[in-house]
Amino acid sequence: MRQSIMTTRSRRWFLRLGAAWSAALVACRSKTAPPGAEPRALGASVSAYGSRSRFNRAARLVNTNTRVPLEEAASFTPLRDTYGIITPSSLHFERHHAGVPEIDPATHTLTIHGLVDRPLAFTVDDLKRLPSVSRIHFLECSGNSLSEWRRPGESARSDVQRIHGLTSCSEWTGVPVSLLLRECSVDPKATWVLAEGADACKMTRSIPMKKMLDDALAVYAQNGEPLRPEQGYPLRLLLPGWEGNSNVKWLRRLKAMDQPAMSREETSKYTDLMPDGTARQFTFDMEAKSIITRPSGGDTLAGPGLYEITGIAWSGRGTIARVEITIDGGATWTPAELQTPVLPRAHTRFRWRWQWDGRDALIASRCTDDTGYTQPPLADLIAIRGRNSMYHNNGIQMWKVAADGTITNGNRA
Amino acid sequence: MATVRSAAIALFVAAIALFVVAQRLLTAVAQSPTYGVGRAPTRAELKAIDIEVTPDGKGLPRGRGTAAEGKEVYTRRCETCHGPTGKEGPQDVLVGGRGSLASPAPQKTVGSYWPYATTLWDYINRAMPFEHPSTLTADEVYATTAYVLFLNGIVGERDELNEKTLPAINMPNRSGFIADPRPDIGPGAKQKSR
Repeated sequence: MRQSIMTTRSRRWFLRLGAAWSAALVACRSKTAPPGAEPRALGASVSAYGSRSRFNRAARLVNTNTRVPLEEAASFTPLRDTYGIITPSSLHFERHHAGVPEIDPATHTLTIHGLVDRPLAFTVDDLKRLPSVSRIHFLECSGNSLSEWRRPGESARSDVQRIHGLTSCSEWTGVPVSLLLRECSVDPKATWVLAEGADACKMTRSIPMKKMLDDALAVYAQNGEPLRPEQGYPLRLLLPGWEGNSNVKWLRRLKAMDQPAMSREETSKYTDLMPDGTARQFTFDMEAKSIITRPSGGDTLAGPGLYEITGIAWSGRGTIARVEITIDGGATWTPAELQTPVLPRAHTRFRWRWQWDGRDALIASRCTDDTGYTQPPLADLIAIRGRNSMYHNNGIQMWKVAADGTITNGNRA
Repeated sequence: MATVRSAAIALFVAAIALFVVAQRLLTAVAQSPTYGVGRAPTRAELKAIDIEVTPDGKGLPRGRGTAAEGKEVYTRRCETCHGPTGKEGPQDVLVGGRGSLASPAPQKTVGSYWPYATTLWDYINRAMPFEHPSTLTADEVYATTAYVLFLNGIVGERDELNEKTLPAINMPNRSGFIADPRPDIGPGAKQKSR
């Protein structure tokens, strides 16, 4: 009896499988169900590591010009097509100086030495045994929005990804660097810490000890999973609110020193040239900045009516206190709604309801942080810093909406 | 009397010794690790990664080289990317640009912009040649550094660069850098000091 029950069950199961299989075949042939049809095709089964819908094609912008050397490699986050405040790890912008190394965590150590009583080497597993914290912070390349210094708005077709896509925001998990330094017992004479990566160019930056003891993290995880290789797997430095380059990836060593090393990156590269020929050095803070991400350059509004203006605001010096929107090129400003959570040194999402009347408009956002600093017009920054400082453009981004609904870069020289 | 005095001295010495030991112990406790995680790196491990060179020349290994010797290394290992005279590219332009920094088209090269010669030694040593980093000997790095500085008119063709002479070089843009004065705009802007 028992046997026959089993057989009946198996037969039923087999028939069901057959039905599912033919349904799947039909589904494959027609690709998608016709509109309005009842969903009958069985879906895909479970999977070990999730993937996104094939209909979602948001991707990082990769410069396809093969003459751009690996030393200058960058890819840009699709800010228009990311939502909320967290950037998916797969869409986090990239900037590397000698490519993405493949590092086996079993062979990787973080060594802390120099002006310390007790040099120590930590494996990633060692670090995971120590008290960790998770923090949500933006990371922005100081070269973000670089095109607008020399030729503001020149590339009218430029979109928010191409201009501003070198900023992203993640939840980072790691061990406070202050804890690691204390464990090594730092000499009071140490005022700087050299941070060095394990990539082919051994990317190196000098960081003031004060920042290291304040909020620096030795990070091993991003958005709930281990760091992506292009974000420094298995370990990176995170300096909340400071320029991307100083957040050294593939971190292999921290050396307590009584002076900065004056590495190539902190002298010849990430310094801001002023009109008088001098250059500002160790310009670490990323100042308050906001951008409307949607609607933005490249979009076409369907016609007059309701649109939600949304975007992101952030400040390397603290928390966003206020975001305002203009639709008349900066003549008048009205407050936008800040979506919680509003976190220090993190992207903050803002929203504003716009009833478009179908006429030409120049739309922009500007933000103020809790230090009282307000994001300046681009022209005011250029008036002080000239057009050759390359880095740290946090000026207001204008988008020009034409009567036919097309939106282009509205910055002016 | 003598025994009493020597006993008193012995007691005094013992008290001092005890005090010193106690203090050492206390210091050791204050500086001892809280978590005890991680291990002491070996001397060899530290030597392998302790590669940076600072402007005072700390970190430079013993060695030597001249521009005349560096020309050969440069032609063989650097020219494809930086051009026959360091001006042609296609990668970073290394030579020229003096006096251009305040112009509308500034050229930031080793000669016009880099504040320290030690940085050039450090970067060639850690990252060059780009596709085969850390394959030059210390002497080759000294010689290549000398050649790039020679092309910029900073050292002579026969001047020897070594761990003593390299940090003594005064680069043309040595005083061209200022500390971050931001915020430089808005109500919180720092007053201009000059």
